[in-house]
Amino acid sequence: MTDKPLGTKDYPLAEKCPERVSGHRGKPLDALTIDAVLSGELEMEDLRITPEALMQQAEISRAAGRAALGRNFERAAEMTRVPQAEVMEVYELLRPGRAASKEALLQAAQGLRDAYGAEELAGLVEEAAEVYEKRGLFRTRY
Amino acid sequence: MSNSYDANRWKRFDDWDARPLRLDQFAVEDPENGFSAFAGAADPKPGLTVEAGRVASMDGIPAAEFDMIDAFIAAHHLDRAVAEEAMAIPSEQLARMLVDMNVPREELVRLARGLTPAKLAEAVAQLNAMEIAFAYSKMRARKTPGNQAHVTNAKDDPLQLAADAAIAVALGFDEIETTMRVARNSWSNALACCVGSVVGRAGTLFQCSSEEAEELEIGMAGFTSYAETVSVYGTESAFVDGDDTPWSKAWLAAAYASRGIKMRCTSGAASELLMGYHEAKSLLYLEARCLCLQRGMGSQGTQNGGIDGAPLASSIPGGVREIWAENLLAVWLDLECASGNDARHSESEMRVAAKVLPFLIGGSDLICSGFGSILKYDNSFNPSSFNGEELEEFLVLQRDFEADGGLTPIEDAGALDLRRRAVDALSHVLKDLGLAEPTEVMKRSVAVASGSNDTESFAPRDVAVISDKISSRGITVIDVIRSLHNGGFRVEAENLLFLVKLRVSGDYLQTSAIIRDGHVLSAVNDPNDYTGPGTGYRVSDARRAELAAIRNVLDREEVLRREAASEAGEARAVEYRTMGPATRGEDAGEVVVGVSPGFGTKIFRTLAGHPLSAVLRALRDGIEAGGGRMRVLRIRHTADTSFLGLSAARLSGSGIGIGIQSKGTAVIHHKDRLPHNNLELFSNAPVTHLEHYRALGANAAEYARGELPAPVVVPTQGEALGARFHARVALTYAIETKMCENNASPEEMEITFLDGQR
Repeated sequence: MTDKPLGTKDYPLAEKCPERVSGHRGKPLDALTIDAVLSGELEMEDLRITPEALMQQAEISRAAGRAALGRNFERAAEMTRVPQAEVMEVYELLRPGRAASKEALLQAAQGLRDAYGAEELAGLVEEAAEVYEKRGLFRTRY
Repeated sequence: MSNSYDANRWKRFDDWDARPLRLDQFAVEDPENGFSAFAGAADPKPGLTVEAGRVASMDGIPAAEFDMIDAFIAAHHLDRAVAEEAMAIPSEQLARMLVDMNVPREELVRLARGLTPAKLAEAVAQLNAMEIAFAYSKMRARKTPGNQAHVTNAKDDPLQLAADAAIAVALGFDEIETTMRVARNSWSNALACCVGSVVGRAGTLFQCSSEEAEELEIGMAGFTSYAETVSVYGTESAFVDGDDTPWSKAWLAAAYASRGIKMRCTSGAASELLMGYHEAKSLLYLEARCLCLQRGMGSQGTQNGGIDGAPLASSIPGGVREIWAENLLAVWLDLECASGNDARHSESEMRVAAKVLPFLIGGSDLICSGFGSILKYDNSFNPSSFNGEELEEFLVLQRDFEADGGLTPIEDAGALDLRRRAVDALSHVLKDLGLAEPTEVMKRSVAVASGSNDTESFAPRDVAVISDKISSRGITVIDVIRSLHNGGFRVEAENLLFLVKLRVSGDYLQTSAIIRDGHVLSAVNDPNDYTGPGTGYRVSDARRAELAAIRNVLDREEVLRREAASEAGEARAVEYRTMGPATRGEDAGEVVVGVSPGFGTKIFRTLAGHPLSAVLRALRDGIEAGGGRMRVLRIRHTADTSFLGLSAARLSGSGIGIGIQSKGTAVIHHKDRLPHNNLELFSNAPVTHLEHYRALGANAAEYARGELPAPVVVPTQGEALGARFHARVALTYAIETKMCENNASPEEMEITFLDGQR
């Protein structure tokens, strides 16, 4: 990969630079075929987006003037490393009244940082912890 | 009829009460109680102060008092690099820039990143409805317009879902959305629509609206490709009752992207009002907060424009203008906009059509965020603005305005083939994966059914079993692709693989992405570049031809074909013989009937369907009953009713003539009157029947005797006769006018009725 960030002219990636794109287990786009499905070679993992693809989409978003969308893709890139169960656990914890205290959220944030190097996601959860405390959201809902 | 002249009410109000409109409930403007579209009692004044790089106050609220929505907007939406510049521009000027075609969209989008919710709301509130509509068309993100369908049914019947999904695809919908009557049926609905949506064409995006966690799981199994149920609200209390916060929603936004699934948020006017937490703020201001939040969390788009709150918003003065205004805010904030026009906001079809019009003629990323492609009772989201019933009306509106509403007409035969193909494909998958055994009766009933009332298919319990099996066995889209291919549904297997491969590159995660002709089309590679006439989206010649190709259109050949079908019958009923040039009659008791050039030669029945022989007979019977005698002339120099009548009258011994066109329009004329000042006119041929022609004959005979008969009244029920008949009239009449010859003299006719009666 070159150092120069991608621009809008590199989009769509699958058409303009398919060589940059691969599935989660490294299969290139042109290996994702019906034959591969029939032979059992192709699994859902091969159809998962990679953190690299998300970071490339983030570059394209920023080039198109959409930094907020780009930041979401950057968070998503981190999240590709987080197992589904944990994604849903943290989501649940972020819902109002689920965390009993600020501490629970801060711990989750630290967990994301330690286990997955998910700096952006951890920051988002920590920011939530601050605001939830200020707004009294650590109250029981049910 | 009762003559209750002492009634205390004008009866027109009873008529008005009976209109569907009066089922709509309207509410008085009441800003203190949240019933205000644009001017809430507690709406803040726009403002922004930044100290040491941090937002110190926003819209009059100090940072220390921010609720969670303010806090999120200040942290994630406001771009400090442009905020100072943007906030310094007067709202009036921003409003003018929105409707100025010389100010590019990109410039306005750049400024929006530095505007607070109150400022955004204040700017668009300056615009009248037409200006909002224009600005929306200029500001929307993707150039090519699109549309989204609901595909659901009252039984959650998978076979019908597959068939209806295939139809939605054929109609051209870019996205289809399903949901369930029973929550546990979600996996079955997802599988069924997924299979149906790859019949006929690849690339229709599909979502299954269900509980957040399950929706994500269904997406991860590959059945769905997008989600739009990430709802946000404009007040903190409504948000909390919605069981989320801006941070939990931002988390979900990242979660969908991390699984390669397209996502948009949802918000719409009056949801806070409906949920009991409006804070005495206007619909527009609260919605501006929602939309800033969505941009801030990095959602590529929004489903916005009233949505479930549309009916309530529309009960308030200016409510529909506000719905348009919030859509404008969405696109100004550079979000993909699935512009509502889904939950039906009114029982009045006129209100529905009026509301959708700007989006139809000006385009939208997805004009309806749920056009009911199925019948109303089958729509598990509740009826949409447009439903299966009204679908052809939308197609005709596209044709009327040469506007691309994203849909393409379908043909009878092709539609049934597609439904069968979809039903067969899904039936194979259900059997092959051991999920269910659809019978031939089920399949046949579903293929032809318009709605679930007409099907003999799966019972609700069967569907729950199918759904549980899909979920518990961990069946994924790969199993479905393999099954389709092995069952001989190879094109469908390829189509489905194409769709799930999209998630690997993530191209369709960018703003306003849809798939057309196998390519991702988004605001990145198909940006709206409107800068005035000739720019932006234009309907191509090929697309125009598609839009025009609705069912049952009449042409000249069709008119002649239909007439030819009547010709044989008339040849057996009447004989016309030309007896040479007509002369002025001497008989003071005669009524001369002047028939048009095509009468009985090219045209054989009236617009009401009466054979011309029967019409002539009725005229004769009437004339004779009135004590007169009929003489028939063929007028050759004109086909105009008035001149036919006047020409006949001037050759009539009594001075009274009847002019009649072959389509049945007739007149009684007097020789001394001006052409268009006749005695009696029968202009509504489609509702003029034989008894009227008979009465017309009788009246003509009475005029001939110098009497003053009561004019014949042909009653109408207010039918739009022009709409029903004028295309045929114009084609028929042109056939007659082409036969006219200048200065050709009238000819005497001998009429013989051939069926044995006199």
